[in-house]
Parts: sequence; structure tokens; C-alpha cells
Amino acid sequence: MIKAYFEILRPGINSTLQDEGRAHQNHIGVPFSGAMDNRNYLISNYLVGNKSNLASLEFAYQGPLLKLKLGQVLAAITGNVTFNIIRNNLTVEEGVCYQTFKLNPDDQIDIISTNKSVYGYFSVQKGLKGDYYWKSCSVNTKAKIGSNEGEKFSINQKIYLNQSESEFNSKKIDYSNLKIEFIRVLKGTNFNFFSEKAKKTFFSNEFTVSKLTDRMGMRLEGSSIENIVDTNIRSEGLIKGVIQVPADGMPIIMLSDHGTIGGYPKISVVISADYDKLVQLTPGTKIKFKLIELSEAETLFKIYNMETENILNQIN
Amino acid sequence: MIKNIINLGDAALYCDFGAEVNKEINSKIINYFKNLKKNKIFGVTNITPSYNKLIISFDLTKINYEKLKDKIINIELDDLAKETKKIVKVPVCVDDEFSFDLNRLSEKLNLGLEKILESFFNKEYFCYMTGFIAGMPFLGDIDRKIRLKRLETPRVKVPKGSIGITEQFCNIYTYESPGGWNIIGNTPIKVFDKLNENNPATINPGDNVRFYKINKSEYLNWND
Repeated sequence: MIKAYFEILRPGINSTLQDEGRAHQNHIGVPFSGAMDNRNYLISNYLVGNKSNLASLEFAYQGPLLKLKLGQVLAAITGNVTFNIIRNNLTVEEGVCYQTFKLNPDDQIDIISTNKSVYGYFSVQKGLKGDYYWKSCSVNTKAKIGSNEGEKFSINQKIYLNQSESEFNSKKIDYSNLKIEFIRVLKGTNFNFFSEKAKKTFFSNEFTVSKLTDRMGMRLEGSSIENIVDTNIRSEGLIKGVIQVPADGMPIIMLSDHGTIGGYPKISVVISADYDKLVQLTPGTKIKFKLIELSEAETLFKIYNMETENILNQIN
Repeated sequence: MIKNIINLGDAALYCDFGAEVNKEINSKIINYFKNLKKNKIFGVTNITPSYNKLIISFDLTKINYEKLKDKIINIELDDLAKETKKIVKVPVCVDDEFSFDLNRLSEKLNLGLEKILESFFNKEYFCYMTGFIAGMPFLGDIDRKIRLKRLETPRVKVPKGSIGITEQFCNIYTYESPGGWNIIGNTPIKVFDKLNENNPATINPGDNVRFYKINKSEYLNWND
């Protein structure tokens, strides 16, 4: 029985356990979920020596304040994150992302905020202890599935570790999260439901990321997108990145915890290569869409995936 | 069979079976779904059947649109649709405290409450798909006499277990959720059980469902 755990002194706004997500359950209404920004999830795990699909703590905006009990652990934080390590003698060290640090019993980790971004990742060697449903511990708060009964963490809870004592192999990497100028998309399956003017508006005007954005979806505000066919379709399967336009003309982008089926017309779909960057856009950010072709999207993903692998290889 | 396959983004296939919604077309989709599940094509991450579409998503590091499309077009289909077909019996309490929209239905349809319920309970329904929220079954077709649109303003919270009808369909809210269907009752049974990993949903695409009436005390004392 592993005794080491983190005591949650402050839960943060949206702190959940996530891994690479849950496949093969869409048909019963369970979405993929998993870490929103997969690249940063992977980097934090590789830094502490984890190469398989293990549980990390994902936080958004304000992160948690955690106190380590009964263990010694190698940890890392990725994202654009301000955090402090408060040692058990109460000296405070400023935390640095993308490099490992060691936590001793009664050390605290104070994850203050993500900067100009939404999600950050906290990983420890051999992972945090998750509860597994369909081979994934990712939390989906809507269906109450995954670790912690499918809920966000709250104060005074404990997060157990899979291993109490780490091997201390310090690692670091130079990495900066790049901003994107355009969100690149492919034509959606209902592209022709929209007027020529609406398509022009969609690809030339700016949209603002709304406050009504969470792990399920990103709502956008801007010029209304006019539908000339029907504002409803027969409900059908969705995937992350789909941009639906309901009757009010304001686009909604489906994110990792999206409902598995939906009945609004799809104007576009965000390409896979841009997803990690998309989810990091904070409310108020202005974005523009750019239409590309499938072959280009596939090439861009190949490049993106190769970059990710190069980063992970550099860590070893 | 599949009328057209196009890409949905760069990591999914959108298989179109036409515009119509009926049991025959849906059964074909479910048969595709079951065959694809059985074949376990490398790289496929999700297969989502709906009334008249089938979405197949995949891991772009393992396969791409053209290659998967080729496999789907050339797949040999076994008749699996009937293999696991079953009839699920679902108890429903229609007490006032559960049937929020019965009076609205009665007024709009110009039909007595008893007539509406009689018509609803008289038919066996077919499960077209499950989803939106975990385990929610989309069933049909309800009698033409009792078809009505969604509420103009959806409820912020529909209680778990609620039985809703709209247009030609009915469903069961497996979790408390926002929703705009006309609520006519509530079931005490567990329609989705995450702890039962092999068979979490009580009702699956292709199954048939029969609702039957129970009274309030049966509802309150229900033991799954």
C-alpha cells in the first residue's frame, strides 16, 4: 500500500486528473476527454521519466496548493505557469516550468496561475493514482466518470501517488509555447448551409473567445453567421474540433469533453495540428480562421507530431 | 448502403446513409457499427452511430482518411444486427411530480392525459442510438397523435430518470442535464452503470424498449 499523498489545501478552479483519454466509448455517450493540451501533458510526464499513459493533474487559470505527505517525489510542471515551492522549513523557491524539482515530506507546491494560457500540467514520477474506467482515469465531470468520482478536486481531499520514493534524475528542456495567428480549419459537413456572405464573414472577421468556455466547448462571439438552409440537423456524432453554428449564429467549437452527438450544422473542423494551441486561448482572445485542404492538414499534423517527438527525445 | 463518405476534419470519416430516418436504415448503420467493432481496425478510436450517419474517428499518427476510407468501402459485412437484440422493460411513474409537461402536451395536442399515456405505453420502441450524455437512449417512433416539438425554452435542469418525448422520439435522461424534451414521467431504474464496464448501458442501439406504468410507492421502493 502506497502511503504518499498530496493534501489539497486549495483546490484551484478546475483541477482534475487526466491522461491520454478514453477511446471506444462514444457510442454510449462517453467522450474521449483526456489532457486538453496533449503536448504539454506528454512533456511533463517525460521530464519525470514516465513514458506510459499515466495520470497527471491538469489545472486551469488558478491551480491548487498541495502539501506532500509521507513521500519524496520528482515532479515537473509544464505550460506557462507561475508557481512556488514552499519548503517544509517555509523557505519559498520560485518554480520553473519544464524542469524537474524534488519535493520532500511536508513541502508544498503552490500553483498560482497559468499566464496568458488556460491549462497547465503537474506530473510526478510513476504518476498520480487514478481510478480507471475503460482504461483511462480522465475525469469527465458531466458523466461523473473517471478519478475522484468524475469530479473536480475540492479542499482537504487527498491525491495518492503510485510510488512513494522517486529516483532523482533531474531533467530540463528549453521550450516555449507558441501562439498561433490563425486557427486552421477544414470545411465542415454542412458548409453549404451557410450563405456566401456568412462564409466570407467566418474567414475574414475576428471572433472573440467567450467566457462561456470550458473543457466541453469554446463559445465564440462576433458577427453572426447566417444559415440559409436549416439551423437544425438530425443529431449525429461529433468529434473534438467541430465548429457548430446554432440558430443564434455564434460558433461553438467542440472540445475534449463534448457531448458525443449534436444537432447543429457544422461549418468547419479545426485541424489536429492546431488543437493543443486552440485550447490554450483565454477568454477575450481574438482569433481568425483560415481554410485549408485535407492534404495540407495531414502534412501539418505530421510536422507537429514530429516536433513533439523531437522534444520528447531531447528529454532522454 | 453507405451513400457517401467524406472527411469530418482530418481525423474522422463521415459516412452518410441518406436523409431519411427509419428503422431499416438505422439497423444497417448498427450492423456496420457492430462489424467495425468486431474487426478492430488499427487506429480507429471511436465509432459513433446515429439515426442516419456513422462517424468513425481515428488516431492520425496511425492511419489517415484515404487509407481508412478504403478499408471501410471494402469491408465484408456479417449480419450482426440481430445477434444481441433484446427487449428492455422500463418502469415509469407518471405522478404529477414527475410528469411536468403532460398538461402542456394535452393542451397543445388537444388530447386527454389518459389518451396520451395509453398511446405512449402501448407501443414498443426501437433504440436508434445512445449518447449526447452517457447512456441516453434515443428511441422511436412514438405515435403520430402524441408528437410535439421541444419546449421553446429548454429547462436548465431535467432530473435524472426523466422520460421525455419530442417529435417522433422518446428518451431517458440518464443524468441530470439541461434539456428541452416534453417530460411525461420518471423511471427508478439505473439506465447507465459506469461500474459495469462491459455493458454499462441498459439500452443499446438496436434494442427494443417497452415502458410500463408503476405507481408512486412502487417507484419509491424500487430496488435494481
